[in-house]
Amino acid sequence: MAATSMAQALNAALRDALSENERVLVFGEDVGQLGGVFRITDGLTAQFGEQRCFDTPLAEAGIVGYAVGLAMGGFLPVVEMQFDAFAYPAFEQIASHVAKIRNRTRGALSIPMVIRVPYAGGIGGVEHHCDSSEVYYVATPGLKVVTPATPADAYTLLRAAIDDPDPVVFMEPKKLYWSKEDTELRYDSEPLGRAAIRRSGKDATLIAYGPSVPVAMQAAKVAAEDGLDLEVVDLRSLVPFDDETVTASVRRTGRCVVVQEAQGFAGFGAEVAARVQERCFHSLSAPVIRVGGFDIPYPPPMLEHSHLPGVDRVLDAVDRLQFSDEPDGRYLTGVRA
Amino acid sequence: MSSTETQPEDTPIDHRTDLLRQMLRIRRFEERCAELYSASKIRGFLHLYVGEEAVAVGVTHALSEDDALVSTYRDHGHALARGVPMDAVMAEMYGKATGCSRGRGGSMHLFDVRRRFYGGNAIVAGGLPLSVGLALGDVMSGRRRVSACFFGDGAVAEGEFHECLNLAALWQLPVLFCCENNLYAMGTALNQAQAVTDLALRASSYGLTSWPVDGMDVIAVAEAAQRAVEGVRAGAGPCFLELRTYRFRAHSMYDPDRYRDKEEIERWKQRDPIDGLAADLRAHGELTDDELSGIEEGIKKELDQAVAMAETAPVEPVEDLTRFVYAERPR
Ligand SMILES: Cc1ncc(C[n+]2csc(CCOP(=O)(O)OP(=O)(O)O)c2C)c(N)n1
Ligand SMILES: [Mg+2]
Repeated sequence: MAATSMAQALNAALRDALSENERVLVFGEDVGQLGGVFRITDGLTAQFGEQRCFDTPLAEAGIVGYAVGLAMGGFLPVVEMQFDAFAYPAFEQIASHVAKIRNRTRGALSIPMVIRVPYAGGIGGVEHHCDSSEVYYVATPGLKVVTPATPADAYTLLRAAIDDPDPVVFMEPKKLYWSKEDTELRYDSEPLGRAAIRRSGKDATLIAYGPSVPVAMQAAKVAAEDGLDLEVVDLRSLVPFDDETVTASVRRTGRCVVVQEAQGFAGFGAEVAARVQERCFHSLSAPVIRVGGFDIPYPPPMLEHSHLPGVDRVLDAVDRLQFSDEPDGRYLTGVRA
Repeated sequence: MSSTETQPEDTPIDHRTDLLRQMLRIRRFEERCAELYSASKIRGFLHLYVGEEAVAVGVTHALSEDDALVSTYRDHGHALARGVPMDAVMAEMYGKATGCSRGRGGSMHLFDVRRRFYGGNAIVAGGLPLSVGLALGDVMSGRRRVSACFFGDGAVAEGEFHECLNLAALWQLPVLFCCENNLYAMGTALNQAQAVTDLALRASSYGLTSWPVDGMDVIAVAEAAQRAVEGVRAGAGPCFLELRTYRFRAHSMYDPDRYRDKEEIERWKQRDPIDGLAADLRAHGELTDDELSGIEEGIKKELDQAVAMAETAPVEPVEDLTRFVYAERPR
C-alpha cells in the first residue's frame, strides 16, 4: 500500500470517473494546463483531452450555469471553484437553479453535477481564501453537501458524488490536501449519507467533519491519556445527515461535543446539537456543547491559530460535560476569547 | 471613442527621473518581499507586480490627492505609487498592527482611507462596482473628483465588469477604468478566455472613450492617464485605458508558471519599463550613474527601515480578534 495524499486521491477519483463514464466532464478556471490551483486536476487534460477537462473564462456564475445546462443535456459535469469565496459569484446559479430544477420540474429533470469547493482555513490564507462556507449550502434544500476528512474518503465520496443523481457541493478541506494515509483507493458504489465512527469510546461523543476531524481525533488521544474514552464521529455527509449513526453513538455515551471550524453562530453544529437533543434527550447527561471558530471574518496568518478551534478548546468543552458536579478543571488549558 | 495609441509627444511629462525612482521603489520593495516570503516572514498569498510598475506609476501620476483609487490583489505597486507609506505597507505584509490595514488585510487587502486608497481586493472584478459607486456619490454631492480602478484582463470575463462599464457610460459617471492587460489570468491566456482580445475595442462598445496604451512605457501611461483624467474630470463621462503590460514573475509564489514559454517572458523582459526609461534618461544626459546609485541607496535605506520596523512591530492583540466586525459603541 502506498501513502496517498488527499489531493492525489481526489485526482484519482476524477481520473477514474472520466475513464469509466464518457459523460463525465471536468471544467473551471485553470483546471486544464495548470491543473488547478491545488493541482487536483493535474494531468487530466493531457490524458483525456480538452473535450473532457477544460479551462473556462474567469466567471463563476457562468461555470455553474453551463454545468446546469450540460446536466440537463445528459452530461455529468464536475466543476471547480478555486477557493471558497470565489464560489459566491456563482451562488445565484447554485441557489436559484442548481438546487431547484428537480423540484421545479417535479422530477422531470435531474441535475447530477458536482461543485468542488476547496474550503476552510489552516493554510495561512486570509479572508476569501479560508472561509467555512458550508452553512450557505446546507441551508439550501436541493443540494447535497459532502466533505471528506481522509484520502480514502476523498476518493470514495467524490466518486459517489459524481454518481449521485442530485447536485452535490463537494467541500474539500484545503488544509488536509497534503495529509497522507496508507490506503487503497476503493469505491463500491456505496451511496452518500453515511457517517463513520473514527474511534470508538464510551464516555462522550465528539462529532466532527472535514477539517475538524483530525482535531477531534487528537483531542480524543490526549483525553485518553487522562483516562477519558471519547468516541469520534466523522459526519462525511452534512446533507443527507446520518441521524442513525449519530443518535446511536450519543445514546451510548450520553454526552456530546460538536466540533466545527466554522463560526459558531447558526453554524452546522447548531443543527447537529438540535437533532441530538431532539433524539437523545433521555440519554443525555449534559447539554450538547458546540466548539467552533469565532463569529468573525477569517483572520490573517498571525492570528489564525487563535481563531481555529484546536485540541485545547475541544478538551475545554469536554471538561464542561458535567462528569461530576465538581468541575475539576483538568482541561482548562485553552486560549479563550 | 477612439482606439489609437497615444503619441508620446502629446504632453511633456516632467519629473521623468522621479517616475523612474517610483518604479524602482516598487520593484525593490517587491524583490524584498519575495525574499521575506521565502523566509516565511511574510505569509499567506503574494502576487508580485514585477514588470508592470509603469502602469501604477503612470496612472497615479495623473490623479490628484482628492481622487479615489480602487485596487486589486496585485496591489503593492498601486499602494506605494498612491503614497501609502512604505513602512505601513511592509508592516501590513507582515500582518502587524502597524500595517495600513492594522494587519488584517495582508498583501491582498492594503487600504488607506485617508489617501482615498479604497483597497486591494482578492475578488477578481470585485473592485469595479465600488469605483462606480464612489463616482456616483461624487456626482450626487456635486464634487468634481475622479474614481479610478485597476483590474486585470481576467476581470473582463466577470459579469460585474460589463455591468459597470454599462452603468458608468449610461449615467456618464467620472470613472477611470484601468485595465492591466498582462495577457494572462493566472494560467489562462487572454486568447483562451476572450473572443475579442482587443479590450479597448471591447470597452468602446459600451459607449465610453477607450484606448490602448503601451503599459511598458511609463511616459506613455502617464500621458494617456493625464488626458483621460482631464476628460473624466471635465464631465466627459468615463474613460477606459487598456494598459498593455506583462508580469515577469509567476502569478503568485505558488504558481509553477508552466503555461507560458520562457521565450515569451524573455521577449517581454527586453521591454522592462525601468531599464527602458533609465536608458532613455542616460541617453539624453538626464541621469548619471551616480544619480542612479543615489536613487538606489535612498530606496534601500527606506526599505531597510520599513523591514526593521515591521520586524519589531506588535501583532494585533488576541483580545481584539473579535473587534470591528460591527460598529463599536464608544468605549
Ligand atoms: C471571483 C474570483 N474568482 C477567481 C479568483 C482566483 N484568481 C485569483 S487571481 C486570478 C486571475 C486574475 O487575472 P487578472 O484579472 O488578469 O489579473 P492578474 O493576476 O493578471 O493581475 C484568479 C482566477 C478570484 N480571486 N476571484
Ligand atoms: Mg492578467
